[in-house]
Parts: sequence; structure tokens; C-alpha cells
Amino acid sequence: MTEKNVVTAIRDALHDEMVADDRIVLLGEDVGNRGGVFRISVGWMEEFGEERVIDTPLAEAGIVGVAIGMAMHGMLPVAEIQFADFIHPAFDQIVSEAARIRYRSNGAFGCPLVIRTPCGGGIHGALYHSQSIEAFYAHVPGLKVVMPATPADAAGMLRAAIADPDPVLFLEHKKTYRAVTGEVAEGRQMVPLGGADVKRQGTDLTCVSYGYALHTCLEAAARLHDDEGISVEVVDVRSLAPLDTTTILASVRATSKAMVVYEDNRTYGAGAEIVATIAEEAMFDLDAPIVRIGGPDVPAMPFATPLEHYFMEPEPDQVYRRMRDLAHA
Amino acid sequence: MTTQVAPTPHGALGLGDDDIVAMYRIVLTARLLDEAALRQNRMGRAPFVVPAEGHEGCQVGTAWAMRPGTDVWLPYYRDGGVVLTAGMTPYEIFLGIFAKADDPSSGGRQMPSHWGHRSLGIITGSSPIATQVPHAAGIAYAIKYRQEDAVVACWFGDGATSEGDWHEGLNFAGIHRLPVIFVCENNHYAISVPQSKQMAITDVADRAAGYGFPGVVVDGNDVLACYAAMKQAHDRARAGEGPTLIECKTYRFLGHTSDDDDKTYRSRDEVAEARHHDPLHVFGHYLREAGVLDEAGMEQMRAAVKSEIEEALAAAWDAPDPEPESALRHVFAEDADGSDA
Repeated sequence: MTEKNVVTAIRDALHDEMVADDRIVLLGEDVGNRGGVFRISVGWMEEFGEERVIDTPLAEAGIVGVAIGMAMHGMLPVAEIQFADFIHPAFDQIVSEAARIRYRSNGAFGCPLVIRTPCGGGIHGALYHSQSIEAFYAHVPGLKVVMPATPADAAGMLRAAIADPDPVLFLEHKKTYRAVTGEVAEGRQMVPLGGADVKRQGTDLTCVSYGYALHTCLEAAARLHDDEGISVEVVDVRSLAPLDTTTILASVRATSKAMVVYEDNRTYGAGAEIVATIAEEAMFDLDAPIVRIGGPDVPAMPFATPLEHYFMEPEPDQVYRRMRDLAHA
Repeated sequence: MTTQVAPTPHGALGLGDDDIVAMYRIVLTARLLDEAALRQNRMGRAPFVVPAEGHEGCQVGTAWAMRPGTDVWLPYYRDGGVVLTAGMTPYEIFLGIFAKADDPSSGGRQMPSHWGHRSLGIITGSSPIATQVPHAAGIAYAIKYRQEDAVVACWFGDGATSEGDWHEGLNFAGIHRLPVIFVCENNHYAISVPQSKQMAITDVADRAAGYGFPGVVVDGNDVLACYAAMKQAHDRARAGEGPTLIECKTYRFLGHTSDDDDKTYRSRDEVAEARHHDPLHVFGHYLREAGVLDEAGMEQMRAAVKSEIEEALAAAWDAPDPEPESALRHVFAEDADGSDA
């Protein structure tokens, strides 16, 4: 085991996989000479060659479209979209093409493609370097959408995404890149896609979250335990599509209380689907109404520090206070 | 009827008499298949069809330079002549028109003419325009990376050349000098929008200059000229010299689809004038003039193709429909290695 931050875990896992399998190529803006704006691929162009570490034109639809072609002809492309905020021109290629290729060909063609992209806010990224995009894509059958929040999950799920025969949108919350560290196993172990993970065990209530918000929840749960002895179970969704409803519902049924926390705009966010699932399947196991905390319904996260803080946490200690209220409800 | 003999003798292109007879047979098959499909539509047995009428010459001419079984094909929805040349049968095409379980393109999931045929190397396509262009570049990149002796060809209409995906695909192909041929079947209309409102240039081929590879204009009604341009592009691609953009000037004789009424945007005079240059008749005239196929031979062929199409149509009509619950299959791979074809 080695202690790493998230960005290092991603770098090391991707590097190992590229060493092990020459079908894997990396393509995107600035991934070559510059080594990526988050420095994931520094020195790789020299190590693997320009034909495997491809600096592309600044054209997101083209990056994904070209990667789809590669994926349909025996390669395992890992396309990098520099920031999730810029993925929108590629929406058609992802949604109309990658996600539908297997279905529309009745299983004759597949698209083993990974699209990595840094998302999320809290890093002074303002409107166009802070966006949460998961809900747009988690709505699309045929596409897997994951957002690991720890170094071990990031490494293991990236390996699983590359091995997956279907397209995977691999979302990396930028605020976890250097702020979150943890133990990562040596070797090429995968963390299977499609499974949630109980990151903290507890008995009084279940808190379901993902991405950077998961860490806010874990921190609040720890404080609540220290302050009042309240035992919160924290479930990391990790995979938004497919969604592991089994793990989420088992936890909710055991604790009888549920809250769902996510950074994206509250309305129609991924948390809405999780809340709906709990309401449909576990209504009579609940001792209190489900709590849903999402970002404010404003078009984006603003730049000024007070505005950005407000978006991330509209009330001071919001998660802690509502977790506490739910425990006492 | 005024027709012109195609100026390039087939022998000079390395084509034997048998080759051009076979090419003519595919052009004729595409035409008669279209007519039969449209009748099925008007009879209420086919909800939607996409006629190729007028385009068959440039489709078969360009496709003939490809190597079935080796090269990779990305046709667009009007390319009946292309997929017939690639090896799809009229029966398979009617399976798609009637949305049958054994339709090789999609098992009846997609509208007709959304081609795909794994074993023939025809890549599955969609309805959004020009999305297949970057795929062609990516496949060509993989071919180059894997050092395969294969060439990719990607067909599209003039309308496609306005899409961002089209530019992004050609640009990437140019940068990496990929073994890919881009074929524009320019019929001068994006459904109803005339070329003059799509672009400020006369020749789509001019755009190739922006991507650093040759653009070629060819008479799309001249099957052999289309073949010649494509053969040259194919040779260039195999030699590592990179992509070519071929613009075939053609015309669509019928509506955009069975749901379109082209009388709302084109004069009948314009269509009638275009029909004077019908590639089927131009090519037929060439074959007669060259002494390769006489009038009687042509009539014989027409009868044979007609009966082949009628048989294919009847067999496809009787083929099984997809099972309703199969609508849930193939969202994700059913086998871990993704080979659940």
C-alpha cells in the first residue's frame, strides 16, 4: 500500500495500464508536450511515443468522435476532455453515438471508450471550470458514468473503465485531486464499476453522496460522532450509472433515515434519482422524510470567494446541521 | 434523350468488360430496388424509405475502388449503391426496410438505410449528420497505428459539410495523413436548402485545402470518372500519402425521403433537366457504345434483377419480426469481452 492523492493515483493507474496494453492511447488537448493541464501525462509522449499520447486540435466533438472510431477498430482510447465544462460540444458524439452504438447495431458493434474529465467546483473555477455534468449523462442508457472520490477508487475504477467493453464517462472531481489522500494497493487491482461503497459504517442514519461532497459528509459524520455520539453511515455512490440501488437501499432500511447530498444544481440532479429510488422502494422503512441537499439552482458557480463558498455551502455547516436534525427527527 | 459517353475508357482504368458489366448491374439493382421500396412505402408496408435515385452512379463508381472484406466503409443513409457494392444483398436491405429481426444493420431497431454490417466492414451509422466523419478518421488512425493494409471511405452529402464534426474529422485526418477517403455526394440540396445558402463556394472540394490534402471534383453521373478518382485516392491512402476529398456532382431525382415533397422547393424543370444526365442511362449508353452489353443483354439483365428483387422482397416480408422483449437487449455488452454480436 502507498499513500497517494487522487491525481497521483489516476496518473499511476493510467501509466501502468498503458505499459501493459499497447491498444491504449491517450488523446486530448495538451496531453502531449504539456503533459496535461493537471500534469497527469508528463513525459509520456517521450515514453510511449506521439502515436500513443496524442495532442489533438482544440475540438471536443472531434476528440470523442475520433476516439469512437479508434474504439470500433481494436484500440482502447482514453479521451481526455480538459474540463468537464467544455464537454458540451461532444454531447452528440457521446449520447447519439458512443452510448447507442451497441444498441443500434443489435450488439454487432461495441465502443470500449473511456472519457476522462475533471469536473466540480470549489477551486475558484467560476462558471466554466466548476461544472457538474453527471446528470446530463447518467440519464443516458448505454453509457456508464462514474465519479470516484478516493485515490483507491480512482485507480481501481479507472482500470475497470479501461477494461470495460462499453463507453465510460470517468469524472474526476478537481477538488479531490490534491486535497484527498489515501492508501492505494500496489498492482493492477480493479474496483468493479456499478457498485456503491459504504465509506463509513453507522446505525442512526444513512447519508448518500459522491464526489467531493462525499468528503464533506464524511467530515460531518465524524464530527457528529465526536460531538453527540451519533452514528452515521456514509454511502459513496461512486457509480451514477449504473446505480447500485441494492447497497443504498440496504443501508437505508437498516438505519431508517436517509439524506442525499450532491454538489450539482439540486433540481433534476443525480440526487433526485436516488431520493426517488428510496421513496419508491423503502418508504415504509423510513422514520423521517428524506433530506435532499443539492447546489443552488443558479446557472453556475461564481468566481468571487464569498459567492463560490455560498454555492458550495449556502448555510454554514449545512450538511452537519441537517444531518444532526435528521438524527434527532 | 441526350447522353454523353463517359470520356475515360474503362480499359485505361484497369477495368475489364466483366467489371463494368458488374458495376452496371449494381447501379441498376440500386435503382430498381429503390423503385420497389418506394412502392412498398406507398402500399403502406414500409413506413419510411430513403431513395438514392440519381446518386447510384457516383456511389457504385467510388465504392468499386474499395476492397470488400479488407477496407472499411462508412456510408450515409442515401448509400444503397455503396452498400450493394460492399456486398449487402437486396434481401438484407429489405430486411431493414421491413424492420425484421435478421436485419444486419440493426435487427429492425433503426430506420431503414442506417447501414451497418459487421462482417462486411460497414460501420454502424446514425441519423445525426456527419457524426461518422470523425469515426472514419479514428478508424483510419487505428489502421495506421496497427499497420494494417486497409483504407477507410466515408460518404456524405453536401449538407454534412456544414457540420462541425465534418471539419473536425477532416482536420484530424489531415494532420495525421490518415488512410481515409472522404466522398461528398453533392446533390446541391440539404433537404430543401440550396447549396448557395449552405456555402459561399462552388466546390466543396475546395475545403480540402484547409486540411492540407487534395480535393477533387468529379462528374457524379460518370461512373468511370468516379471510379478513377476513387482509385487514385485509394492508391494514395495505401501509399501513406494521406486523405483525399472527392466531390461528386450529382442530383437527387426524388424527395429527400419518402416523407419529403421536393415540389415545395425545386422546379419540375430543374428535375427534368437533371434526369437527362441520369447516371444509369449514361453508363448504359457507354456499355452499348463500347460493345460490352447490347440492348437485348440489358433487357435480360433488367428482368433478372427485377425478379431477384421481387424474390428478396417477398422473402424479407415473410421473415420474422424482432421479439418485443428483445428491445431491452444490447444496452451494454452481454459478454464481458464485448463480443455479444
